[in-house]
Amino acid sequence: MKITLKIWRQRDAGSKGAFKEYHLDDVSRDMSFLEMLDTLNIKLIKQGELPVEFDHDCREGICGQCGVMINGIAHGPLKNTTTCQLHMRSFKDGDTIYVEPFKAAAFPIVRDLKVNRSALDHIIAAGGYVSVDTGQAPEANSIPITFEQAESAFDAAACIGCGACVASCKNSSAALFTSAKISHLSQLPQGDKETSTRVVSMVNEMEEEGFGFCTNTEACQVECPEDISVLNIARMNYEYNKARLVKK
Amino acid sequence: MSKTIKAPVPEGPLVEKWNNYKSNAKLVSPNNRKKLEVIIVGTGLAGASAAASLAEMGYNVKSFCFQDSPRRAHSVAAQGGVNAAKNYKNDGDSVYRMFYDTLKGGDFRSREANTYRLAECSASLIDQAVAQGVPFGREYGGYLRNRSFGGVQVSRTFYARGQTGQQLLLGSYQALLRQQHAGKVKLYARHEMLDVVIIDGKARGIIARNLDTGKIERHGAHTVVLATGGFGKIYYLSTLAMGCNASAIWRAHKKGAYMANPSWTQIHPTSLPQSGEHQSKLTLMSESLRNDGRIWVPIDKNETRLPGEIPEEDRDYYLERKYPSFGNLAPRDISSRAAKEQIDLGKGVGPLKNAVYLDFSRAIKEYEKDVIAERYGNLFTMYKKITGIDAYKEPMKISPAAHFSMGGLWVDYELMTSVPGLFAIGEANFSDHGANRLGANSLLQACVDGYFILPYTLQNFLADQINIPKTDVNHPAFEESERLVKDQMQSFLNSKGKKTAEEFHKELGKELYDKCGLLRTKEGLEKAIENIKNLREEYKVNLLVPGTAEEVNSELEKAGRVSDYMELAELMCIDALQREESCGAHFRAEYQTKEGEAKRDDENFCYSAAWEWTGNASSPVLNKEPLVFETVKPSVRSYK
Repeated sequence: MKITLKIWRQRDAGSKGAFKEYHLDDVSRDMSFLEMLDTLNIKLIKQGELPVEFDHDCREGICGQCGVMINGIAHGPLKNTTTCQLHMRSFKDGDTIYVEPFKAAAFPIVRDLKVNRSALDHIIAAGGYVSVDTGQAPEANSIPITFEQAESAFDAAACIGCGACVASCKNSSAALFTSAKISHLSQLPQGDKETSTRVVSMVNEMEEEGFGFCTNTEACQVECPEDISVLNIARMNYEYNKARLVKK
Repeated sequence: MSKTIKAPVPEGPLVEKWNNYKSNAKLVSPNNRKKLEVIIVGTGLAGASAAASLAEMGYNVKSFCFQDSPRRAHSVAAQGGVNAAKNYKNDGDSVYRMFYDTLKGGDFRSREANTYRLAECSASLIDQAVAQGVPFGREYGGYLRNRSFGGVQVSRTFYARGQTGQQLLLGSYQALLRQQHAGKVKLYARHEMLDVVIIDGKARGIIARNLDTGKIERHGAHTVVLATGGFGKIYYLSTLAMGCNASAIWRAHKKGAYMANPSWTQIHPTSLPQSGEHQSKLTLMSESLRNDGRIWVPIDKNETRLPGEIPEEDRDYYLERKYPSFGNLAPRDISSRAAKEQIDLGKGVGPLKNAVYLDFSRAIKEYEKDVIAERYGNLFTMYKKITGIDAYKEPMKISPAAHFSMGGLWVDYELMTSVPGLFAIGEANFSDHGANRLGANSLLQACVDGYFILPYTLQNFLADQINIPKTDVNHPAFEESERLVKDQMQSFLNSKGKKTAEEFHKELGKELYDKCGLLRTKEGLEKAIENIKNLREEYKVNLLVPGTAEEVNSELEKAGRVSDYMELAELMCIDALQREESCGAHFRAEYQTKEGEAKRDDENFCYSAAWEWTGNASSPVLNKEPLVFETVKPSVRSYK
């Protein structure tokens, strides 16, 4: 396949960026999107140009490190798929593809398609855990958890932390990400004890990191590789209001 | 000079050794702990769990990872599960049986006391993970669910859908960030360790590069722990993440830490086959699929029918045929070799004839599609995304791929390397799995090392360091290390040749996979050594790295990693060449039984090879740690 790429090139957060056009003549349908970028990079390096910097690691859809906007959609056209799991068979011969980084005030650009998403780590650090030290745990089967409860918590826990929800949101809100962790832990007896302190602390941190507010457009779930449900946001809001009321 | 090395193991019967150790290990009082600094490189299950546990105890921890967040370390990708001797199934499991399965699975090439300790600590890990909120699979009544894995006849594997590694890692990542929030952990993401700094014979710090700025940094501590994972990526095509590398352990090796059994690499039987030259990695399909999937190839190598049209009598379920008692759940090394045998006979399937079928049609008939979907749904979805094929309708095509490093830095019973004060945990060390690792023991080992072993053994070391002041990063040893690291990077940039690091890596990987992979011969290994040396020479003059060292530069990062692979690859071949026996994943064609099974030689090779760096990659010194079996008598490993 012949593919035209328009890729966002930007030296660092302080510099101005712009789209640059590239042409690839021999793209295989079986290539992953990132393997297509690898091919471009080898070509660029041999021409004496700087390769396109992009983030990636596991290339099997679980580590959450990859993620770019492809034709304006986080992770590209396939639903519930990370960039690394997208294959060129999703495109046609002769297509022009726009590739941009995940853009958000809380995700400063490092270079080209690489952004700094450590703000997401800060949200987890603010309370996204069960406060149990190594060695304190009781016998595992002493905490029965029904099948349905465990599965429902898992649906929220499946978040890979890629930031596509933030990039897809017109307000750059991290509500889906934050609520997924709150929802995972509050649905389990081990995590429920700390729900009220956790939710207040994580929501506050989310604001401090410069993420916007959720206005319920639900674009985030649509682009989420793990199809994390927006109902988690409703649960977060419920828990947040409850915590505030109880506090007063 | 080659020597015999010993790893003192605590006194007493096998079942009491670890307790004896813990009862006698030195302690550090809480007010002294806050004076001590620990560097931990790597934030996978081993690194994150160790960092969190030590910080909870009161130590000051500096935690490093090259990824952009600690949550992305490659433990995240482990699918199938984690073993523990809970015996919840009442099917005859016990710590001893789990220990024996692991020892036998490793073909009696691991240190008995370490392997026993792994099984002994397994139950506590499940308790810890559940308490952290890891959503393991549950029965409808609310109790934990188990399944079976290769190489065992009980159900001791706990799992969280096909994402067990992800969920366990999130548990330890959250524990790590909790300590960061508490101010006990300083986190350095997007930092790559480039050297260990040794002062007065002890590991006292590291040189790291900030990958976002290119800045070289010095970090000091009272001790350094490497939790940097395995190096299967050396084969280029592997199930590992693109960034996985051997650089931390290799650079530690060059500072005096022995490398043990480096050639023992697990080639996983159920990965997706290569589809073309562009391929950058191979995706694993969890071994748990072998619980319900049946592996076969057509009997006729010229078979042209679609798999669904091939009748039973024209199929060869070769694992069920050759290993009737374990069948499709035969251990990984045996399953991979059996697949290679069929592929080499020309019976491989798929366009490149490089795969075998993994068929769920019988299981779908037996249990209905919903049950199979609940057990493996995400794996089927992933399979479809990558191949475009619906595995509910036609069999998956799978093939072997480089996966896990049983070898790694040599460590003693306390997980300390041969450099005092330098520890190695998780896949980065070598000790528990012998010559072949059983499925679902990898997550276990990483967690057990980090949560339950290192906090005791590291403390035993630190007890003697409480009067040592903070490490001064202006010490000449730091200067020297920093200079060498910078010079090396500059030499990569100055080379201005014609081939990228990636292209060299592909060549190296292919050479290694062909000659030091599933099947090894004297002739092949000698040839590989020669070819690797040539490639290494070419690397010095023909490498092409763009950009500079003082900026974001992925190509420069790769150049360093591939440079280390070039040396390690030779050591792997030398290691495989000296071991004139077959054991576990190490299969030398010259040493096999009449039935084509591995032929071990306990008389001459019952040792771990601990290689010592001499300054020349081609002439390492072989030190031997004899394997002493006090409790178990090594037997012929049979899964028939």
